[in-house]
Amino acid sequence: MATPAQSVPLDTDQPLEIAGKRYQSRLLVGTGKYKDNEETRLAIEASGAEIITVAIRRTNIGQNPDEPNLLDVIPMDKYTLLPNTAGCYTVDDAVRTCRLARELLDGHKLVKLEVLGDEKTLFPDVTATIEAAQILVKDGFDVMVYTNDDPLIARRLEDIGCAAVMPLAAPIGSGLGIRNPYNILTIVENASVPILVDAGVGTASDAAIAMELGCDGILMNTAIAAAKNPVLMASAMKKATEAGREAYLAGRMPKKRFASASSPLDGLFF
Amino acid sequence: MNITVNGENRSLESEASLAQLLQILGLGDKRIAVEVNRDIVPRSEYGSFKLSENDTIEIVNAIGGG
Repeated sequence: MATPAQSVPLDTDQPLEIAGKRYQSRLLVGTGKYKDNEETRLAIEASGAEIITVAIRRTNIGQNPDEPNLLDVIPMDKYTLLPNTAGCYTVDDAVRTCRLARELLDGHKLVKLEVLGDEKTLFPDVTATIEAAQILVKDGFDVMVYTNDDPLIARRLEDIGCAAVMPLAAPIGSGLGIRNPYNILTIVENASVPILVDAGVGTASDAAIAMELGCDGILMNTAIAAAKNPVLMASAMKKATEAGREAYLAGRMPKKRFASASSPLDGLFF
Repeated sequence: MNITVNGENRSLESEASLAQLLQILGLGDKRIAVEVNRDIVPRSEYGSFKLSENDTIEIVNAIGGG
């Protein structure tokens, strides 16, 4: 009986390291757009993610003081929380949000910086992003920064001291997939901090492509939360992220224009 | 005393500390962060922090987001 080919176990890979902390999972997930906290919890579990993004917003006053708390389903001792600055269009708002998040989470320094420039595309305002990153790095934050897929800007953000640079694959929530793989590749090749694709992934193959390009990880929310079955999609994304990483480590075969027979020509009996 | 909490006007009958306000709002035991007039008040100072007329208070927490 043939024995199955030995797959290269993922534990031969170096773990993802961000701001001095190591993670086994290269998939980071958000917590927006889910039906309820229970669905959020199940999807996070199925994704295997260890870093989980949250948003910082006004607490509801008086209406429902006993409303379920998101942090009950993503306990801080089990997960690394990544508070974001989603919805911020100015440097001030983004910096203020990060400082509130640090207070909220007991001095937690890891944040996801995004400074948006336009409501229709949610593309980053790069000049404001750079300015906010400078302030936050100086203030002691570990900044994972959302940016566009411009290799020069990615490099600049790394030089500022960001802990990770996170180019978009496509507009936030669009599910359009990796629109510019060559730019992502250039960003990865230039980088000495982790590069994570953040935003635009639509389905499992998109996640695999991002990882095959050599990205250190992927951050996604809508691709899982807006699937018909979010928990199943979370599981698919986990596998795709791992498959893409293994394929990257394995090194793909070169592309050729014409066929190359897989069976030998020697020993043909006709 | 009139104050603004998360964009809503509120009146307090007497002087109050930030901790007392949070108690009134049912947030005494919740994980939140608080700004008064755009300065963050550390959790350890809620009890000693006296609110003043026209203070603008922002109380935030973590919710779902990507």
